[in-house]
Formats: sequence, structure tokens, C-alpha cells
Amino acid sequence: MSGVLKTAQAGTLESGDIMITIASGPSDSGIVLELDSIVLAQYGKAISQTIRAVLTAQGITDVYIKAVDRGALDCTIKARTLTALGRAGAVLKEDLV
Amino acid sequence: MELRRSMLFIPGNSPAMLQNGGVFGADSVILDLEDAVAPTEKDSARMLVAHALQHVDYGTSETVVRINPLDTFGEQDIRAIVPCEPGALMVPKVQSAADIKKVAEWVAGAEKPGQAPVKLVALLETPQGIQEAYSIAQADSRVVALALGAEDYTASLGAQRSKEGSEIFTARSMVVNAAAAAGIQSIDTPFTDANDEEGLREDTITAKKFGFKGKLAINPRQVDIIHSIYNPSLADIDWAEQVVAALQKAEAEGSGVASLNGKMVDAPIVSRAQQILYLANLLGLRKETVE
Amino acid sequence: MKNAIGREIPELIDGFGQTVPFAGAFQTTPTMQRQAPKVKTIRPGQSKLMDSLEEVFKKIPITDGMTLSFHHHFRNGDGVVNMVLETAAKLGIKGLKIALSSVFPVHAPMIEHIKNGVVTALDTNYMSGPVAQAVSKGILEKPVILRTHGGRARAIECGQLNIDVAFIAAPAADDYGNINGVQGPAACGSLGYAFPDAEFASNVVAVTDHLVEYPLSPVSIPQTRVDYVVKVERVGDPKGIVSGTTRITKDPVGLKIADAAARVIEASGLLKDGFSFQTGAGGASLATAHFVRQMMERKNITGSFALGGITGYMVEMLEKGLFKKLMDVQGFDLDAIRSIAANPNHMEISANFYASPFNNGCAVNKLDVVILGATEIDTDFNVNVVTGSDGVIMGGSGGHADAAAGASITIVVANLLRGRLPIIVDRVLTATTPGETIDVLVTERGVAVNPRRSDLKEKLLAAGLPVKEIAELKSEAERIAGVPDSLVTGERIVAVVEYRDGTIIDVVRQLEE
Repeated sequence: MSGVLKTAQAGTLESGDIMITIASGPSDSGIVLELDSIVLAQYGKAISQTIRAVLTAQGITDVYIKAVDRGALDCTIKARTLTALGRAGAVLKEDLV
Repeated sequence: MELRRSMLFIPGNSPAMLQNGGVFGADSVILDLEDAVAPTEKDSARMLVAHALQHVDYGTSETVVRINPLDTFGEQDIRAIVPCEPGALMVPKVQSAADIKKVAEWVAGAEKPGQAPVKLVALLETPQGIQEAYSIAQADSRVVALALGAEDYTASLGAQRSKEGSEIFTARSMVVNAAAAAGIQSIDTPFTDANDEEGLREDTITAKKFGFKGKLAINPRQVDIIHSIYNPSLADIDWAEQVVAALQKAEAEGSGVASLNGKMVDAPIVSRAQQILYLANLLGLRKETVE
Repeated sequence: MKNAIGREIPELIDGFGQTVPFAGAFQTTPTMQRQAPKVKTIRPGQSKLMDSLEEVFKKIPITDGMTLSFHHHFRNGDGVVNMVLETAAKLGIKGLKIALSSVFPVHAPMIEHIKNGVVTALDTNYMSGPVAQAVSKGILEKPVILRTHGGRARAIECGQLNIDVAFIAAPAADDYGNINGVQGPAACGSLGYAFPDAEFASNVVAVTDHLVEYPLSPVSIPQTRVDYVVKVERVGDPKGIVSGTTRITKDPVGLKIADAAARVIEASGLLKDGFSFQTGAGGASLATAHFVRQMMERKNITGSFALGGITGYMVEMLEKGLFKKLMDVQGFDLDAIRSIAANPNHMEISANFYASPFNNGCAVNKLDVVILGATEIDTDFNVNVVTGSDGVIMGGSGGHADAAAGASITIVVANLLRGRLPIIVDRVLTATTPGETIDVLVTERGVAVNPRRSDLKEKLLAAGLPVKEIAELKSEAERIAGVPDSLVTGERIVAVVEYRDGTIIDVVRQLEE
């Protein structure tokens, strides 16, 4: 865990986008993900997996995430999650920002 | 030489638009990190465009990313975007050859080993940039096109933009000439009223007459209209085929001089005919005669 | 048992009865007689004018278990259904069947009446909003019957949907029961969907807020079929009834699809003098009309007629001489109302005339091309326009299956991806329109032709259209979005989807909680 995260947000509620809000979780809370999606039945599992994979790859362990999805593709979900992490103060492993 | 009849701007922070950017058949899509993105969203758009480049299929469209000006987020954009293998970067507000040299150096530093070299399109949108057009065009071998941005340019001039565009007559001429002199392409400024199809048609005809090789587009609906002007007409193709036939006939007869309808077929005519046939072949417009 | 498109249909459905499975679009022939309501008489001097709905209820009288019918020309501005049901509730009437041609969000109060037992059955062609959601969650014990516009007209005419009382929301009426849709504050244009109800119901009641001096003219529904007239304060909210001007979409993807659809029509060879056409009022459908119009203007083509729901855009094409006639079963905007009231070439047609399969010929049979939408389409070209991605009812056939069956070429226009969801699936959740009646699917990433139409496929390929196999388009969508998980449905049937000929094409099952 790379220090305490600020609460931060990325993305919008427009069609095809996803809004990710990130806040620091208590230690040992693990990744707590609250997902709301217009395609929950079809892609709920996939979305949750994508977000968790990004967090794990960045070494983030204890975090609260709220994701409001409007039908975003995988690459959008990754980008928005990484942006939210960057804004929250996490030091990203990929030099993309 | 790649076709750049149309170069279509796609806002860099809109997932829906980025996802569909490839369906409009533009020769290039320009994923825009500059004007289309609010200052507070630059990080978000950069990340989104980086991922789009790696995962979205833009079909036959060349991927171009318009980065931010060099004095703002330009360097950051280059570091993030270049390794994602865009076809080219569009550099805004280029003022001088030095700007391009700086960008070329940053791009070289950001490229992954073995990556196809990222090309540059210089967007000229200031009086100084227009004045320096030729040296900008020659500043680096990565530069493949000069594009004219007339909105900012006329604002600096203090001239009023008009539909017929007499205020950008000089700028258009200078950009086209500088690009041609440097052996690269010239791309005309966008027509900003997306609802005025007739206006776009006329403006594209004007651009083509000036010698521009293509036009920037700010709305997907503009792509087909721009192409309809830039594509050779059936009459053009017919004429070009006659020129080539006349040439072949002259060669077969051992004559040094070919003629068509009583006129001598000289080098410029041959060159124009070949250009038309090249385009027609590329666009599949000669299907019937080839089969 | 499985029907002709492989959907599992129980032989007996609780609250519906015995089913006849769908056998093919033109495989079922009628054997019945037409419905004949009781002959009536009225003497000189006898008044039809009633003081209130309550008085009408008592006069008829309306009793438990009856079927009350309504039209949907007031769309989301309708006030009459709610008024009538409130009256029924007040009088303690139970067990009513409501045959309302389409259900809109404005009809939300019906949910209370269902809970209280006032309403126990629903028969409709389209439903959206709170009632549709409640039905999907199983609020009604009996499954809703979902018909097509032509199928409803057929069911009424053939005595399969027997109406005890038709309440006809009337924009204008006189005291002897003549009705039209073009005058008064709630003007809606054509009253096409109310015609079968007026013709075959046992009792017909005109409900109006614009009572004019006898005789009203023009007359759409005549006094000879109307038993009672009630004046109320307000039959509906004009804002919900018509839109101002229907505009062409600006969505570039929608326009791209529409442009390709127009090129499909051109390539089919049908775009010539005498061309007939139907298209919806929404998104890419209406935009297709725009591109077709440009082609007609360029080639100097005069079409024969445009059919169906009419918008100002079609009116403009009539007025510019691009079509000779409009056949209007339902008007969508102020221009459509203005035109139908004044232009003799703008015809008001009934639902039977428009689309009923069991009469001596309906207008959809004369269609060259229809443009339709879809929420899902499967690799057999079966289309779903009933349930949304969450499995909840959000629409219905309306005229979808009718026009698809009638037209020479049926084109479905749809985004290959709606948000993240691929439009093409292996198996639609609910089949509304059979694939045998769908010829072409046009998306932003290519065009798929039904294998039954190899003639058409060749023409489209020759015209340079981006023709692909439907399975190929499906994998393309899944490459972009990922393969979606399927919805899990339960056993309980909440709606029975009837094909236009009265056979059962599918059922809607309640979702697992």
C-alpha cells in the first residue's frame, strides 16, 4: 500500500463511460467495490474483475471503490480506474500520467 | 504516400466517441487532448487515449493524437502517448523549426525499441508559424504534413473569419507552397459549421484548388463530403486512362511523343494522370476496368 | 412444445389458456366469422350525452369482469384511462380486463388498481414505464397479452378480443357521438387505432373535452357506432400527446447507419417512381428517410405512399411532391395533425386497414421498404423489441412484426453496440418478429443480409456495401465489448407474445430475483 489515498474521482456518467470514486479503506479491509451498472447482468463480473485487476497490479490493497458504469468498455474502465488512483495520490507503476 | 483526404477530430475524453472513431472511414482520426479537453481533465483524457490506442480498432484510419502545446502538457503527453504506438502526433501552435526539433527529440526519447517511428503533423495557427512554414516542414524527417488552423490564426491577425475565406488566402497559399517545396502534404483548416453541407462542399473544392491534399474535419458527417471532393471523378479516371493508353501506344510505335485528342501529352499531364490512377486504384474506384 | 422458431411455448398457460404455437409468418389461415356486436336502435329525441363517467358506468352498466378498451393516440399525455379506472375503483368494480393499445408511463396509477383487484388482466401492443416494470415483476396473476397493432385489430375483428365497452378519448365530438382527432386542445391527428374498438365493441363511449355543435366535421368515427358521449374537463395533456417538430438525429453513428440503410434501399432497385416506404420516428429510422429523400430528389423520383406513424418529416415529403399519399394510422407531431386535417392526400387509416393479417388485404402488404429498430437480433434474424437488457418489458411490437411481414424489404437499423451491449446475440431473450420476415440488418460496422435473400445480397455487394455475415458482425461486437453473460429467467410467465395471426411466438418469463 502506497500510503493513504485521498478521496478522488474520475470519469463521467455519460453513455459509454464509468465514474470511479476511490477512498482509502481501513487497513486489512481489502478491496471493497460497490458497482452499479446498466449492464450488470451481462458484464457485472467482468467489470469487477477488471477494476480489481488494475488495483492489484498497482499494489493497492485496502481501498473503497464506487463505480457507476454506463456501459464502458474494458479499456475505458482501466483508464478511469488508473486516473482515479493517480488523482488519489497513488504512485502509478505505468508511466502513463 | 498515405492518403490524408480527411483527418477527423475525436474528443479525447469521450469514451463513446473514441470507441466509434474508426467507423466513419476517415483517412486519419485525430484523438484530441488539446482543445476538446478541459484543463482539469487533461490527465484523464491522456490515460483514456493511451488505452484507446492500445485496444480500439480504428480500422484503416491512421491514428493521430493532438497533444497539448509544448509550454503546457506537451511533454507529458508525448511520454504517455508515444509508447502506445500512434501513427502520428499533431503538434499544435507550432511557431518555428525549433519547436519541431524539440518535439522530435522528446518523441525519440519516448519510443520503445523497434517501434515504427511516430510521424508528426505540424498545426500552423499563428502568423509566425505560417511565416516559418517551410523551415517547419523541413525541420525533421518525421514531419509528414503541415495543417492550417485558421481560427486561431485569423484571431491573431485581427481578421474576421468568413465563409468564403478571403482572409486566409495568403496563409493557405503559403502552407500549400511550403509543404510542396518540402515534399510533404498540406491539410486545410476545418469548416466549422457542421450543419452546412453545401458550405463544406464549396470550402473543400476551394482547398483542393489551392493544392491542399486533405482537410481537417470536426464532425464525422463531414468525412464523406470531403472524400467526395477529393476522390477522382469517373471522368477524371477515364481521362487518365486515355493518357496512359496514348503513352503506351506512342512507346509501342517507337514514337517519343504521345498525343491525346490532338494535344501533346507532356510530363505534367502524365504526372497528373498517374496521380489520379494511383488514387483510383487505392480507393477501388477502377474495379470495373480492372476485372 | 417448441414453435417454428424454436421457442419453448407451454401448451397451456395459466391465466391464458390453450396456446397455438407460431408456425411461420403466413402458415395460419383463419376459419372464423367476423365479430358482430348486437344491433341497437335509438329514437328521435333520445340523448347520448351523459353528465359523468359514473353515469355511463351505471347506464351500460359496467360490471365485474368486463373488458374495457382504450386507444393510445394520446400517448404519454393520456388522461382518459386513469379517469375511467378511478371511476371503476370508486364504484367498487373488480376484475376488469384493460385492452389499451399501448401503455405509457402516465398510466402508472393502474398499478394501484391492479393491487386492489380493480384490474386483473391487460391486453396491449406496447408497454413502457412503471406498469411495464410492475408487470415484469409479476404484479398481475394472469400474463399480459402482447399483440401487434395489426394483431390487435385482427383479434377484435375476429372475435378473439371481445370488448364490452370501448372508451374513446375524443379530441373533438358532438353530442350525437361523431368524433375526430384533429380539433380541440387534445388534437392528436389520426384516430386509426380506435377504429376497430369503435366498430366491434358492444358499447362505445366518446370521452371529450371539446364538445362541438352537431354535426361535427370531419367525422372519423361516426355517430352510428357511438352509444354515449361524456364531456370531461380535460382528456389529456397536449404536451404529452404531440411533440413540436420531429428532428433528424445529430448522433454521427446513427447518421452513418441511416446513410448505409438508404444505400441498401438504392441498391435493392426499389427506389424508383411508385416507391412506398415506412419508417419510425426515432433516431436512425427517421434519419434514413432523410437520406432516402436526398436520393429521391437527386434522381427525380416520385414515390407512391408513406405508411404508418407519420411525422412532420413525411408531411414535408408529401408537400414537396416526393410522395403522392400518406397513409396515417397515427400522427406524431403538430405538422402531421395540420396536414391530415387539410390535405386530402393525407389519409386517415384504421389499424385493420394498416396491418391486420385477416381481412382482404392490409396496407403493409403494399410496402416496398420498411425501416425498423431492434433491441436485440439473433443470428437467425429474429428480433426482440419487447424486453430490455435487464429483462424488463420496455416496449412491444406495435407495428414492427406487421410491417416486417408485409414489406418487400425489411431493414433493421441498429447500433452494433448499444453502450457496451452487442445487438446481435445467439438467441434473443424475447422473440417479437420472426427472422423470416427480416431481410437486412444495417449497423455502423457493416450490413448483414438474411441468407433467404441471396438475391439481395448480390445486389448489395455489387453496390459496394460492406456486407458481412451476421455471425461475423456478432464476433466483431464481442471482440470489442467481451462476450456478455446471459440473463437468468425463472419459470413464471408474465407476458404472452402473440404473433399477428394469433399464434404464440414467445413468452416473457419473470426474472430470478
